[in-house]
Amino acid sequence: MTLRRSPTIVVSTHAGLIGAALAVLVPFVWIAAAAFKTQIALLTGSLFFTPTLANFHEVLFTKTSEYLQNFWNSMLVASISTTIVLTVATLGAHVLVRRQAPAWLLHGLLGWSIAFHMIPPITMVGPWFVMFRYVGLDNTLTGLILAHVTLNLPMALWLMCVFVREIPLELEEAALIDGATRPQLFWRVIVPMVRPGLAAAGILTFIFSWNEFAVALNLTQKATATVPVAIAKYAQEFEIKYTEMAAGALLSAIPAVILLLLGQRHIVRGLTAGAVK
Amino acid sequence: MTAIRSHDVPAAGRRSAPALRGRAVDRLWPSLSLAPSVLLFAALTMLPIVNLLAMSVHDVTWQQGTAIWSPVGTRHYAALAGDPLFRAGVGNTVVFATVAVALQMLLGFALALLTSRVFHGRVVYRTIFVLPILVPGIVIGAMWKLMYNFDFGIINQAIGLFGMMPRDFLGDRNLALASVIVVDVWHWTPFCFLLLLAGLESLPQDVFEAARIDGASWWQELRHVTLPLMLPTIAVTLLFRLIVAFKVFDEVFLLTGGGPGTSTEVVSFSIYRRFFTEDRMGYGSAMSVVTLFALALLIVLAQGIARQVRRP
Repeated sequence: MTLRRSPTIVVSTHAGLIGAALAVLVPFVWIAAAAFKTQIALLTGSLFFTPTLANFHEVLFTKTSEYLQNFWNSMLVASISTTIVLTVATLGAHVLVRRQAPAWLLHGLLGWSIAFHMIPPITMVGPWFVMFRYVGLDNTLTGLILAHVTLNLPMALWLMCVFVREIPLELEEAALIDGATRPQLFWRVIVPMVRPGLAAAGILTFIFSWNEFAVALNLTQKATATVPVAIAKYAQEFEIKYTEMAAGALLSAIPAVILLLLGQRHIVRGLTAGAVK
Repeated sequence: MTAIRSHDVPAAGRRSAPALRGRAVDRLWPSLSLAPSVLLFAALTMLPIVNLLAMSVHDVTWQQGTAIWSPVGTRHYAALAGDPLFRAGVGNTVVFATVAVALQMLLGFALALLTSRVFHGRVVYRTIFVLPILVPGIVIGAMWKLMYNFDFGIINQAIGLFGMMPRDFLGDRNLALASVIVVDVWHWTPFCFLLLLAGLESLPQDVFEAARIDGASWWQELRHVTLPLMLPTIAVTLLFRLIVAFKVFDEVFLLTGGGPGTSTEVVSFSIYRRFFTEDRMGYGSAMSVVTLFALALLIVLAQGIARQVRRP
């Protein structure tokens, strides 16, 4: 854009944006500070305090705390469910985009997937609990992984359709003419071509699975609880341990922050794909 | 499911894949590729809905790990109509979703407009603004629970600087829902911002230049150029946000637990309580079925309206 811009406009634009950025950042800074305070320093509300690592020590290394176990559970559930979601969604998206199945099935699948995405997950948790109990998957990580795969599949399917559609058909035709089988075509042509899509869908699925609370709360127990469930537990105890809750919350945001710094481009692309032509 | 050759598929405006040749692996591949998605949806979304329908006309109790089903007919549905808690939940959810999403759209659009005028540091702003979307909802609940705290929360400290008395933001029934809405606005305005900014960035620049050459004021440009061009993106963003707003659970769970009284009771939370704290699976199922039915109706309505709008 070529445009004469008065200094007043530039300054006021940045002033507005910096104000908004502060509104986003101050709560994070405040809770981070709380994680390094003693309970007394927090309760007196002093701005200046001697930072302590006691809360982190309490959360991570005491016998009564299961935070490390919770962290490991979350890691397992998020990474395994992300792997399954990406595989299932990419396979499905290729068939959907190239219309290699009966029309009623393709439309039905996509329509159902979008409809399911709109449903509050909590309505599914009851039946899942009953069904998993029948087959012995209640309170297991496998059950939770299956649930997270189901919850994230619609978004991944949608995203992968957007990305597969960008692959030129000529490329597939060329591979087939050169004698590739369909599985070869898929693994050697489609998958390498949709890598940006896999990155976007993968990062988002991982984060959504890591963050998911309503389902994990009800399909897990002590040994299989994930990080969000653990954090909620800090807040529900009779005497709330505010500073430990802050420390646990701070630690739980680490994966998201790392992924944001490494893959901001993919996250933005994933969140906006389909919304903007 | 049988393997389908490409000439069976209607062309529908797009070219279909090259004809599949005779190899068995090639003929079976599309079916094999689609099977995991179909099976997952059948087993973990359709079966549960059938299960919900069945449970909603039964009382389900557990004895030594086996479920005892006793039929009750439509009693749960009848009870639902007169349930003050459910009615409060529906009302609060609708108020919550409309007010929160309206504020998010306005703030998000304003931020996107500002950011789109910035050339240096746009990525920095965007990185900061995206942050709340990626943090667990439960962490956001925990953060704000601390910030709203009556005794030491930063918000009461801040209003104390202006000489105001501290307030119990989450414990006062007149303030609780508004306080939860503030948290949601903080959490999800970034999402609206992100989508609307992407929309603004994808707009053709020549129309803006034309408007400026014609001497359009800032307001005229926004009203007659930006807004009409942005309408599709605005509609999609609004739809995405409304869908997620109706699912709200995590923040309410930590911040208020539906209280005080029924002032922040939302539908998701009511369903959760019937199922998992009161062990009333049948009644919870009836609640879920009605919620699903209402949502389906809303979606059909929204589609109808969208079709009307698109028609010239």
